[in-house]
Amino acid sequence: MRSFWDPFREFESLYREMEQLFDQVNPVRRIFGRITDGPLSASYPLMNVGEDKDNVYVEVLAPGLNPDSIEVSVLNDQLRIAGEKAPLKTDIRPEAFYRCERGSGRFVRTLTLPVDVEADKVTADYRNGILLVTLPKQAAAKPKQIAVKVN
Amino acid sequence: MKNSTLPTKQENNAVATRENTRTLTPPVDIFDAGDALVVVADLPGVDQEHIDINIEKNVLTLKAEPSTRVSEPRLLNEFVLYPFYRQFQLGEMVDQDKVRAELRYGVLTVYLPKVAEKQPKKIEVKVG
Repeated sequence: MRSFWDPFREFESLYREMEQLFDQVNPVRRIFGRITDGPLSASYPLMNVGEDKDNVYVEVLAPGLNPDSIEVSVLNDQLRIAGEKAPLKTDIRPEAFYRCERGSGRFVRTLTLPVDVEADKVTADYRNGILLVTLPKQAAAKPKQIAVKVN
Repeated sequence: MKNSTLPTKQENNAVATRENTRTLTPPVDIFDAGDALVVVADLPGVDQEHIDINIEKNVLTLKAEPSTRVSEPRLLNEFVLYPFYRQFQLGEMVDQDKVRAELRYGVLTVYLPKVAEKQPKKIEVKVG
């Protein structure tokens, strides 16, 4: 519980509001995440996480990656995804650009998994610019069906 | 009965714009490669057969339908894929019959060759 006024917390909420304002002006930022540095911007690439009773699924929105650069690793409950968004060929003169919105560069993102997974059975599939990581749950983490006895 | 009481401007020469559905604007790089304009667009989750590239009246229209579906239920939900839509006004310089495109790892590259007479001519400077 906050018992005193924390000026830095106020700055943080101001920062968030500014980010939301910028997102309204430039929706591309919101859709594809931000590569730039900053306290609240560790959100590239964007991820969706889902689960069923056997697996956790992590979908990563990352078009144009260099396929050799993709690294997926699991340590305890941390999933780490690293890679490089391939740059355009470098011999283009800067003044030849009409639009330059896509960006490129290396990234790392870690995610805390909600359950224990079998680290050696994790699979990753990169297709159409979306990386799908399938993480099988450990037996202890799977839901148990309890039979209800009716007398 | 008309839905709107405001007069709508009718342009005979106008190209159809987006339908009244939610769409995403893909980020693009566009650059001049000398003999062609190159448009590079991020279209994640889209299969090759669901991309529609159309040039009409010097307007380039990119439409793409993502086919990837995310498993439910969601524990973390940071993105939603809607159809992609974006239009660009082109100059007279593009040779519309020779446009070609390729899709790789969710990135679409469209090559728009310039018509021959608009390509830059190299002029030799003679030093006498």
